[in-house]
Amino acid sequence: MGLFDRFKTIREVHGAVKACGADPFGVKMDRIVSATEAVIEGRSTILCGSNNYLGLTFDADCVAAAQQATKEFGTGTTGSRIANGSYSCHNALESDLADFYGKQHCMVFTTGYQANLGAISTLVGPGDFVIIDADSHASIYDACKLGSATVIRFRHNDPVDLDKRLQRIANEPGNKLVVVEGIYSMLGDHAPLKEFVAVKKKHGAYLLVDEAHSMGVMGRTGRGLLEQEGVDADIDFVTGTFSKSMGAIGGFLVSDHPDFEILRVACRPYMFTASMPPSLVASVRASLAKLRAHPEMMVRLWRNVDTLYHGLESAGFKLGRQKGPVVAVHINDPALAARAWHGLLEDGVYVNLALPPATPSGTALLRCSICAAHSTEQLQRVIDVISKVGLELGIIADRSVRIAAAE
Amino acid sequence: MGTAAIQSSLALSRDGIFVEIARLLERFRAGDAAITSETVIAEDLTMDSLQVMDLMMELEDRFDVSIPLNLVPEIATVGQLADTIYASKAGA
Repeated sequence: MGLFDRFKTIREVHGAVKACGADPFGVKMDRIVSATEAVIEGRSTILCGSNNYLGLTFDADCVAAAQQATKEFGTGTTGSRIANGSYSCHNALESDLADFYGKQHCMVFTTGYQANLGAISTLVGPGDFVIIDADSHASIYDACKLGSATVIRFRHNDPVDLDKRLQRIANEPGNKLVVVEGIYSMLGDHAPLKEFVAVKKKHGAYLLVDEAHSMGVMGRTGRGLLEQEGVDADIDFVTGTFSKSMGAIGGFLVSDHPDFEILRVACRPYMFTASMPPSLVASVRASLAKLRAHPEMMVRLWRNVDTLYHGLESAGFKLGRQKGPVVAVHINDPALAARAWHGLLEDGVYVNLALPPATPSGTALLRCSICAAHSTEQLQRVIDVISKVGLELGIIADRSVRIAAAE
Repeated sequence: MGTAAIQSSLALSRDGIFVEIARLLERFRAGDAAITSETVIAEDLTMDSLQVMDLMMELEDRFDVSIPLNLVPEIATVGQLADTIYASKAGA
């Protein structure tokens, strides 16, 4: 058997997807014009799938902070925190985040993926249990593979199901860590966090919430779902990323646990990779300061969420149940979804194509993500183009015709 | 003995567990091939990796056991799956 023979199925599926006319997983962006616009194959394209929720990637203060840090500290750290030392800016960012979350401790990781990988694989060990939501992000599944705890999966967003599964292991002596996400990246729905807190308390488990898609998006000051639900103090560990609302890359873990600092010499995805470069640390610090000074950016984001969600809903599309900055258009047939995705790209609208098994329940999705910096005109254009393509492919019916026929 | 009691006692035997798993796998059967103890879950049935994990969840509830995800890569055949659940029930 050849080295890559086991990817036969993936190769076939990818080939079938590419037959729509382009490769949804290999899009080449010629030029990025702004937080909401790029040039793709010479076409001006509205970006509606980049998770750039606050639109800070081109913010003048964030760009200037990154430039200044590069001049002062160089382009990279060329090593890990434990080998090459922490730069003052790493510690400052950790203090900023601990303060923002009202927690005692913070560790910054080089990516959000590594934050989950490191936190979950290290917090629980042999004899312990990690209990994860069925629709968890790949970083959470991979963390389970890296770690040595026993892994139990519960039904998505279902506190009763979690309770039942924790009950089955109630007499087992190990620690129990429950992992959920603030906003789920594919369908855009969010966890019933108060109910999960009640279940974890009942069973004496720890609760980790990944606020990757909800930081800078939910809660009065942007801390995420835990703030919106008023359960900050009941969450034992919070992870998150700087690659969404913060407009850069990197990840973090915050907690009040008194023994937290030992993780710095125990957590392999923290110890054995180069640390965040100074430019990104500086731009994230500037982004976080901007969020704290201007939480009204989130008001603009949610106004845009309303516009796109209701626009697509009125056009007749089947959308994710909970309204938020991830708007998932459900299309039952993956081949049809791929054709629709390509049609949008040709008409200058970029969204994500998400296919099973990366999506829950075998659904294909045109996944849109909304930016505070989208103009009303851009969103109207996105609604018009998705509706046009949806009509052409028979995904939605022509409502004007139907209304006329009914009269 | 009532139907429920028969099912309950069957569910506790290794063969009873196998019969119940085979019933749940019916919808993933490829062609006319019968499901046997030697049926390889990832190859002989029409299931992707997500469907395998969902099946494990369904079986956990059917038999009131935990089937940790760590064990799944070691379970190749339907027979091994029945053995795993039987061992969990016996150990519980």
